[in-house]
Amino acid sequence: MSSDLDVFVGNTTLIDEEVYRLWLDGHSVAEAVARRLRGGVLEREGTSVAVLQSDTRDHYRTFQMLERLLHAPPRLLQQLLFQIPPERQALLVQRYYAFDEALARELLGKKLSKGTKKELDEVSARTGVGIRSCRRQFDNFKRVFKAVEELRGPLAENIQQLFLLPPALARDYAAIVFSGIWGLWERFWGFLGCPDPPFSSRDYAAIVFFANSRFETGKRRLQFLSFGDFAACAQSMMAHWSQGALAPEAADPDGDLPKSFLQDLKELKVLVSDKDLLDQHKSLVCSALRGKISVYNELEANFKALSRALVNVGGKLTHARDVRDFFVDLVEKVIEPCRSDKWSPGDLRLFLTHYTAAPRNLPGFRHQALWERYMAAISACLLRMYHD
Amino acid sequence: MPGKLKVKIVAGRHLPVMDRASDLTDAFVEVKFGNTTFKTDVYPKSLNPQWNSEWFKFEVDDEELQDEPLQITVLDHDTYSANDAIGKVYIDIDPLLYSEAATVISGWFPIYDTIHGIRGEINVVVKVDLFNDLNRFRQSSCGVKFFCTTSIPKCYRAVVIHGFVEELVVNEDPEYQWIDRIRTPRASNEARQRLISLMSGELQRKIGLKVLEMRGNAVVGYLQCFDLEGESGLVVRAIGTACTLDKLSNTSAFLPACNSPSKEMKESPLVHAPSHGCRSTHNSPIHTATGSRLTQNFSVSVPTLIYTGMGSGSAGKEGGPFKTLLRQQTQSALEQREFPFFTLTTFPPGFLLHVGGVVSARSVKLLDRIHNPDEPETRDAWWAEIRQEIKSHAKALGCHAVVGYSESTSICEEVCILSASGTAAVLNPRFLQDGTMEGCLEQRIEEASPPGCGFCHIPYDELNMPFPAHLTYCYNCRKQKVPDVLFTTIDLPVEAIVVGKGCLIQARLCRLKKKAQAEANATSISNLLPFMEYEVHTQLMNKLKLRGMNALFGLRIQITVGENMLMGLASATGVYLAALPTPGGIQIAGKTPNDGTYEQHISHMQKKINDTIAKNKELYEINPPELPEEIIGSPIPEPRQRSRLLRSQSESSDEVTELDLSHGKKDAFVLEIDDTDAMEDVHSLLTDVPPPSGFYSCNTEIMPGINNWTPEIQMFTAVRVSRLSNINPTNQTLNKNFNDLCENLLKSLYFKLRSMVPCCLCHVNFTVALPEDELVQIAVTAVAITYDKNQALQANKAPTEKSQQRASTDNEEQLQFPLELSSDPLSSQPFSPAKEALEGASSHTGIPAAQRDRCNSWIELIKLKAQTIRRGSIKTTTSLEKASPLAEGYLRHRSVPSGTNSTVSVVKMTPLSFLPGAKITKYLGIINMFFIRETTSLREEGGVSGFLHAFIAEVFAMVRAHVAALGGNAVVSYIMKQCVFMENPNKNQAQCLINVSGDAVIFVRESELEALPVPAPTAQPAGSAGDVTT
Repeated sequence: MSSDLDVFVGNTTLIDEEVYRLWLDGHSVAEAVARRLRGGVLEREGTSVAVLQSDTRDHYRTFQMLERLLHAPPRLLQQLLFQIPPERQALLVQRYYAFDEALARELLGKKLSKGTKKELDEVSARTGVGIRSCRRQFDNFKRVFKAVEELRGPLAENIQQLFLLPPALARDYAAIVFSGIWGLWERFWGFLGCPDPPFSSRDYAAIVFFANSRFETGKRRLQFLSFGDFAACAQSMMAHWSQGALAPEAADPDGDLPKSFLQDLKELKVLVSDKDLLDQHKSLVCSALRGKISVYNELEANFKALSRALVNVGGKLTHARDVRDFFVDLVEKVIEPCRSDKWSPGDLRLFLTHYTAAPRNLPGFRHQALWERYMAAISACLLRMYHD
Repeated sequence: MPGKLKVKIVAGRHLPVMDRASDLTDAFVEVKFGNTTFKTDVYPKSLNPQWNSEWFKFEVDDEELQDEPLQITVLDHDTYSANDAIGKVYIDIDPLLYSEAATVISGWFPIYDTIHGIRGEINVVVKVDLFNDLNRFRQSSCGVKFFCTTSIPKCYRAVVIHGFVEELVVNEDPEYQWIDRIRTPRASNEARQRLISLMSGELQRKIGLKVLEMRGNAVVGYLQCFDLEGESGLVVRAIGTACTLDKLSNTSAFLPACNSPSKEMKESPLVHAPSHGCRSTHNSPIHTATGSRLTQNFSVSVPTLIYTGMGSGSAGKEGGPFKTLLRQQTQSALEQREFPFFTLTTFPPGFLLHVGGVVSARSVKLLDRIHNPDEPETRDAWWAEIRQEIKSHAKALGCHAVVGYSESTSICEEVCILSASGTAAVLNPRFLQDGTMEGCLEQRIEEASPPGCGFCHIPYDELNMPFPAHLTYCYNCRKQKVPDVLFTTIDLPVEAIVVGKGCLIQARLCRLKKKAQAEANATSISNLLPFMEYEVHTQLMNKLKLRGMNALFGLRIQITVGENMLMGLASATGVYLAALPTPGGIQIAGKTPNDGTYEQHISHMQKKINDTIAKNKELYEINPPELPEEIIGSPIPEPRQRSRLLRSQSESSDEVTELDLSHGKKDAFVLEIDDTDAMEDVHSLLTDVPPPSGFYSCNTEIMPGINNWTPEIQMFTAVRVSRLSNINPTNQTLNKNFNDLCENLLKSLYFKLRSMVPCCLCHVNFTVALPEDELVQIAVTAVAITYDKNQALQANKAPTEKSQQRASTDNEEQLQFPLELSSDPLSSQPFSPAKEALEGASSHTGIPAAQRDRCNSWIELIKLKAQTIRRGSIKTTTSLEKASPLAEGYLRHRSVPSGTNSTVSVVKMTPLSFLPGAKITKYLGIINMFFIRETTSLREEGGVSGFLHAFIAEVFAMVRAHVAALGGNAVVSYIMKQCVFMENPNKNQAQCLINVSGDAVIFVRESELEALPVPAPTAQPAGSAGDVTT
């Protein structure tokens, strides 16, 4: 006697967290049943395998029906089909959009294209994340990116509102989007080829450009950086550099857009191109750090190289091709030299503090505010990235 | 021209993409009522259109208002081709037609398409301006309230319960009309949905007319069903109980107590007019069944009765004169009634005097095309016959009324089994006629039999019993006779004294039948029916005894007919009634006593049975109080003194001696095992697995023995279709398959709901259908309610040895349970002897101090109440409940509109008539919805399971949306009356019809009520017992 049809529908939709997890991980019904069996549910509840199968199938069907709504979480709140208590809804969304960091790290620097999706098999094998789960997470990234791509306002808040994610998770997504891991949009592809991108008058263009410029993250020398490192860097860049661009309503309309910010960064070159300024800067920093830092000699020897690297990274940000080298440059020209000279993180912190503060006392340097805003993010990134 | 219907289309959201090119939709809306149609403008290129239309006004008759549904169709405008329909919304505007219910329907409704399901939502506002019309020849019955609830709704008081109303209308089924061959499935489905909506409206209006003729103002226990007779047509029939209800309004709270019932009755013409059960002639169901080729009118006459008792008892003269008197009084009220039937299952305290037993009748009919839909004489006659039969069965039991009455059909091809069943009962005439309250009150005092056991006392004449029965003196009051087993279709009366907990008991049965045509088929079915009934009852009896219980409530026997078999499924809730004798065990007797191994086997089985009984007794906490000798030996003072029964001292001492004689006699139930069949039966008895720990289940409103519900509820519907794959099925294998199917389904429910433990599945309602040759479909709707285990334990620790006291405490506790009360318990039972007995017992008799402490709070509370009652005069106690400052305060509190959040409001659904931990403050109207869903891409929608899962979820969603639009937050007495599923996997097609109903209500959490300042305890009404139960 086989059951052809077997459904259970509650007025309040039953959500079994364990089964949801199994479904999210991409297990088939049979696999899920096997796993639940291993979990010892039979012994606990004294039931039969048939019951477990029927229960699992019911949940899977529910999740499949819910998935459509999960793609646009605000619809989950408004829909009438499933009556789900708010805290359960939140759980559904959060778990659905949660991602494996290992996977995110793998995908950093790759296009969210069909080609990448086809490579997910390998990614799955490398990371141990199930292939179906990989595809779902990949689609999530793609969906979030697409949804906020053309929106004004702070990225993280937009994502939070559009996908009803908790702030921390929304910030992670924002970081991913921001760090421009994926250039999906053909119409922006053109920018990447342009030496000097034609910024549109629309405010968001700069940030979309920035996002699409795809920081290089896949290079071998960047392998030691985790997804968390990149996310943190992206977050500090957003925090310090983009408040104007990301919240244009809040800013003066003609004011501080990243477009102008990035353009303005070129002005900072004076710090390294003007020999006087460079020397004065060096002496100010060195005098402040003498005796306080264990690697004083190395600092003195390398100051000019370091300063050049730090300033030039910013100067290159307006060029799409160079933007992608942002992290590579930081690692190659700052982190690696310091590491070989055995700077401690404390040394680096102290140096950056004084290095940032010193120009205040430089006569004839007029970009103090810009400089500090720029350095705040750079310092945060460096400190985050300065590990083994 | 008594009404103006106004409709406004506000907006839509989440519409489907209708234009692939632009990924958008150009939506507009058609609003249709009767033959008038309005259209909104096209809102171009949007999935979230904002129409903000003007008010569309329809000027219509109230007759039309009652019959017609409002039809809203959302379409996609197409310049070049025909406009595509997106979906429809049908809105029943009936709730707007009576003043006390909803005033406006406003909210988001799912847009439903019979092929695609829900496709977005539409925001609609509907209002009705009704003009008063005093035309006495009117055909409408606006203003009559309908309730699915089978008890007096919580915020009403029954002034008069008039009795049975029924009606049926027939029509051709659009699915079977010639035009169906050329129209699309969608058009055909919509025609059907619309027709059924129209027919239910008409039916409700006609029933309403009958109620008005009876001078009633409401129908309670309204049950409407569809018979899809296929070729021969579509029948919509309904039964209900006409009542005159009085709203327990909070405004009358501070009126002088003496004004209420009697005065109102004098003022109100409704109540004073003669309430003879009149019916309009043209509607009379008595027609001669002419021209129909009805053959094989078979009906089974009450095999139940055989089991209402066994053995013999001595004649008791004490009840005689009293009963005769009573019968005379009630008969006068009931005899004029054609059918003294009541669809109620729960009654106001004091309404139900005695219960006789289950009466049922079935009849097999051959369906014939209904030639003239305007004269549904044949179907009417069929039902009239069955009802007559039921009536005569009840008479045979010495009862003048039938309560918990219901009717059902099972159709397979052209054969139809009509079934009716109910519980024969003797009722208190107080509610049935328009006597003055004073008279009634006198009478009631005289009648007052001890609460908690009165309904068990036999109504029939002991010298002239309609069937062999084993009578004993009531174990509670020791004054009147009771049968040893009681079967009923009603809910457990609140005042009943129960030992331990109850449990769901099911009898399951399959019988093979040869495939046959027409009359031969009908004959073979009618021949099988009595055997099935007999076996179902044997199974029930055995299972009841196996659980050590002695009464069944909520008994529902469903016999389903299929192509090649009949299936019987009986569900009931078993309990141990303290008033009835302890059931004897089950003894197995073998036919071949000489065979040694056989003997061994028998004894082994006997042992197993005994073990099961013992285990069950423990599980359900059935430890009936052993009656101490002194109680039996000495006259029992309290009840006799206080319940002023018409009897003398000497008579009662006679009884006591008689009682001693009958006491030791406990007949064991003997099962003879004479062949393998019987062996199988015994085996199957033992296969029923008790629910896992933490679970209880019942099919009644409340679980006997649990009274501390917590507010968490989960209503659900589960459907299973299984293939009986045996090539050569026998009755045994079929039985086993069927049994396994039901048991597995229950098991699966327990597993699904394991997170709610401790909880109880209430109102478990199984429906069996045989859609095809080897397919069995079982649908279950029930509600899981959590309860507080700790409190339950405490309640169980209540002293059992002091049976008298415990009984009253129990009684009191149950009376305290506020949701089970249709009206204030104290007001209607002001002189309940139990309370006084308890008071007396606690203050005078020797209860150990510790025990008294434990009961202290209870006793104090009861004392308090007793004082409250004494303070009021006898005549006015009924209005006491209204003198509630709490209610007044609450009213003020409620005036703050409940939150209008942007998120979807939660709507609870339950098959029960109440919500635990909540108080229903308003009934908004009946919900009665019929949906068809069809697919031609079954595989793509996830197969049959995916298809039905989505459809049931959609039905729930639409019910919730309608309730929310009425301003409600719950549906009570929800029932899925029909779920007809058909599939054709080869064509990748499936179709399903679902019919649901319930009462839309507004409830308020008791915790919210408690937050209000609690008034001085003396002024506190007994009804608001939230502070006691929690």
